[in-house]
Amino acid sequence: MEIKKGIGVSPGVVISTAVVLDAEDLVIPRRRIEADLVPAEVERLGKAVAEGVVDLTKLRDDVTVQHGKEIGGIFDFHLGLLRDRKLQGDIVNEIKTNLTTAEYAVSTVMRHLANKFLAMPDRYLAERVKDIHDIEKSVLRKLIGQKHEDLLHLTQDVVVIAHDLLPSQTAALDRTRVKGFATDVGGRTSHTAIVARAMGIPAVVGLGNITSEVSGGDTVIIDGGRGVVIVNPDEEQRVEHLEAERKHVRMEKDLEALATLAAQTKDGFSLSLQANIEFPEDIDDALGHGAEGIGLYRTEFLYLASDHEPSEQDHYDAYVDAMRRLGGRPMVIRTLDLGADKYTQAKAANPERNPFLGDRSIRMCLHDIPMFKRQLRAIMRASVLGDVRIMFPMICTLMELRQAKMVLNDVLEELEDEGVPFRRDIPIGMMVEVPSAVVMANQFAKEVNFFSIGTNDLIQYTLAVDRTNERVAGLFCPGHPAVLSFIRDVIRAGARNSISVSLCGEMAGDPLYTLLLLGLGLTIFSMNGPDVPEVKKIIRSTTMEHARHVARRVMSFDSERQVMHFLREETRKIIPEAF
Amino acid sequence: MPTASRDIVVSNKLGLHARPAMQFVDVANQFDSAVTVHKGGEEPCDADGKSVMQMIILAATEGTPLRIEADGADAQKAVDTLAQLFESKFGEEE
Repeated sequence: MEIKKGIGVSPGVVISTAVVLDAEDLVIPRRRIEADLVPAEVERLGKAVAEGVVDLTKLRDDVTVQHGKEIGGIFDFHLGLLRDRKLQGDIVNEIKTNLTTAEYAVSTVMRHLANKFLAMPDRYLAERVKDIHDIEKSVLRKLIGQKHEDLLHLTQDVVVIAHDLLPSQTAALDRTRVKGFATDVGGRTSHTAIVARAMGIPAVVGLGNITSEVSGGDTVIIDGGRGVVIVNPDEEQRVEHLEAERKHVRMEKDLEALATLAAQTKDGFSLSLQANIEFPEDIDDALGHGAEGIGLYRTEFLYLASDHEPSEQDHYDAYVDAMRRLGGRPMVIRTLDLGADKYTQAKAANPERNPFLGDRSIRMCLHDIPMFKRQLRAIMRASVLGDVRIMFPMICTLMELRQAKMVLNDVLEELEDEGVPFRRDIPIGMMVEVPSAVVMANQFAKEVNFFSIGTNDLIQYTLAVDRTNERVAGLFCPGHPAVLSFIRDVIRAGARNSISVSLCGEMAGDPLYTLLLLGLGLTIFSMNGPDVPEVKKIIRSTTMEHARHVARRVMSFDSERQVMHFLREETRKIIPEAF
Repeated sequence: MPTASRDIVVSNKLGLHARPAMQFVDVANQFDSAVTVHKGGEEPCDADGKSVMQMIILAATEGTPLRIEADGADAQKAVDTLAQLFESKFGEEE
């Protein structure tokens, strides 16, 4: 049994079986297996070795063609070792006699062999230990790779343990079976946290080295509220956490009762609470939590979920599916916002040195007009089926906005020529998520129908903090006075120009900021579905007068510490159980 | 079953390193006979001549005396061919 403390980023408690992802450092903890699983493990080993041989043969042949027989011959030794019957025999014996997984057996036998090499007096031979490590890794990758595929076809509920979840990995998860996340790195606004909250499952991040301490098959408790992960819990802890889980479910149920009630303050001001989604399927859950529409549809997941770029029809089908589920409620589709993530960087021919300041989001779209047009065409075709709005991300200059609108106009003309129906007066909005857009909000407001403040990026660009870098993530603070005055300025610019302003960052769903945002005059909050009830509870428990008072006080502070302290005190008065 | 054996001394400079070990194992595997390589000296040990892992662990450096043993129908031919590899220094020197 082992208790690990991390950062709880999505509440709830779950006890389930662990699946470990992306063990890049390939630390394989020992895990015993039942005797009847030996043949299956031996078969997995055989398959992994055979696949390794195929890969290595191809590598050797390619290298031989490119660099000649001398260099290619280096891999002959690798191949020889991989095919070595004695070596395979040793690994199989390890599985059989010590009842361990194939991974652990490979690791043990290869390390034993490596030690023999290191002990050799001959320097040249001792150097060959690198070959041993190479082979160990290639077989282990194959073994772990087999498990990766299994994630798509889960037969039981699991919790996913990973170094850091990649968008491409979460996009490929079997969402009905995954009941929790625990990761080595990350913070409150990491991708893992966002996905977990959207799915309404517990998650703990920033655990340090959880991937090396949990092995696939271990029983794990993830307590997202307390930020604790317990590996192989004892009976007492199981009971205690099952009770906590039941309590959490009860609290959820209490909040669910709010779903059908209006988001209205005690003195009669009505607000609109909407949801952020990644997939059309998220909509049912969001509506269940009481969301009145979709304030942010993150369409990049269409790109991440499959290995080819989505066609116009793929886009269209997704949007139609979403609108069918929404039944006439509004939906803001944000155009592709990819670029600075690991996924695109890993695929890029020349990874950028500074991707967050690089070719991302709207810039990327304006560099690839045909791709951009495919998405815009699909949105416009779908626009006749319901209340669709279009939103451009990462707008920094007026020229960018005008260019994007010009591309959209081209699309409208094309559709008109083709006789395809569309909604001509579709509302066009932009994300306000870089300081330049905030400073020029008054000018921008004259050229769009709505603003949506994207606090995750706005905070990152204002405070110069990479929220995924655990060494500086602590500096990422929505309560920073500079961030707050930016938010206030955008809301004011919207009001002055009579356009609506929403806020769709993580901040919108954090009950800590609800009173403040309300007091600053925000009327549309877009958040992860499961956050809606708690935010609504705060709205229904206060008055606009009080919220304005809170906002005035907060705006008079000059440090985020004062801000956070004050907001915590004020919010605790309304929902003591949350803090 | 016929058996055969021959004593040789490792004479190439780098000893029985990766490439010669692979070469030896590849040749040994062409024969039906079981092949064992015995290393004498201070730390005697045996290696399966068809396993590159065991051959490399012998750590047979230049000057190491080895005995090649074969056991099977083509034992004599196996031993002769394998000994020849050592005599030609695995084609490594002029």
